[in-house]
Amino acid sequence: MHHHLILRIVSKFLIPPILLYALYVQFHGDFGPGGGFQAGVIFAVGFILYGIVYGVSHLRRVLPPVLVRALTALGVLIYAGTGMASIFLGYNYLDYTAFASDPAHPAHGQHIGIIIIEFGVGLTVFAVMTAIFMAFASRAPEIKDTDW
Amino acid sequence: MSILLIDITLFSFLLLTAFAIVRLRNLFAVIMLTSVFSLLSAGLFVTLDAVDVAFTEAAVGAGISTVLMLGTLSLTAHDEKPATRSALLPMLVVFITGGALIYGTMDMPAFGSADAPIHQHVAPEYIERYPHDIDMPNIVTGILASYRGFDTLGETAVVFTAGIAVILLLHRSTLGRRRREDEEEEDI
Repeated sequence: MHHHLILRIVSKFLIPPILLYALYVQFHGDFGPGGGFQAGVIFAVGFILYGIVYGVSHLRRVLPPVLVRALTALGVLIYAGTGMASIFLGYNYLDYTAFASDPAHPAHGQHIGIIIIEFGVGLTVFAVMTAIFMAFASRAPEIKDTDW
Repeated sequence: MSILLIDITLFSFLLLTAFAIVRLRNLFAVIMLTSVFSLLSAGLFVTLDAVDVAFTEAAVGAGISTVLMLGTLSLTAHDEKPATRSALLPMLVVFITGGALIYGTMDMPAFGSADAPIHQHVAPEYIERYPHDIDMPNIVTGILASYRGFDTLGETAVVFTAGIAVILLLHRSTLGRRRREDEEEEDI
């Protein structure tokens, strides 16, 4: 892949906007279409593009597999942990009203809860997608130049 | 009217793509066409006002799964082997199943009908309580993350499980390193 100059330069320009767009989808999911699932996938796409163009070994240096595996579990833990937190605050499991400063206006707590769990979803989806790509790509022989 | 035109265009392209997928033997082209198929379905979801679904279809169906299919393709042959057996029986099964599915849609309520069961069950209550309970501009996110919080937790757990399964099955290069170090040289 060393002599595909155009691919490398173009992907270098594309990766930052992709990651930025993923963050936008993640944190704008309350207002427009999108949310954790879509944001996680798009964020993973940024890294997968890097992995395709520069090789999986480079991707491993940016994103160590240990970290990816940890993030996979961390997202679910954040989600489930939010539920536990609401239990300890005296509400039902995953009842985000627990986080409201004033119980008469549950919407405030719901906003906080939804942002946290969407973050958890995004983290897990991102890590799983990257892990699956790494698992597939590291089995494959180096992509032949004729395949491009 | 314009929606109808868009629908007709998208559906005819979907049909063409499906036929091309069936006829082509080059698997690379087939994967690319599956991606196109997903993108066209995403367009259809937009005309149905299901933008969240369309977004997911475009990101997952047209994006990630194409990459994973290409990753698989690089491990296997690039051309599909010609079929050796007659396609008559599969054809029959497909036509009967398709016919049954179309027959099943006859009893479905008209598109957008307010009397449809889906609009009679919990949806009215959700919509009524939403402004007080959650009150975020995107009601889809609100319902999925709060009223249906358990479902979404389950879905996240499914994604997690799928990831763990793939890592266990395929990621031998990092998982089994310590155990296999003596046996063979790291190949990646």
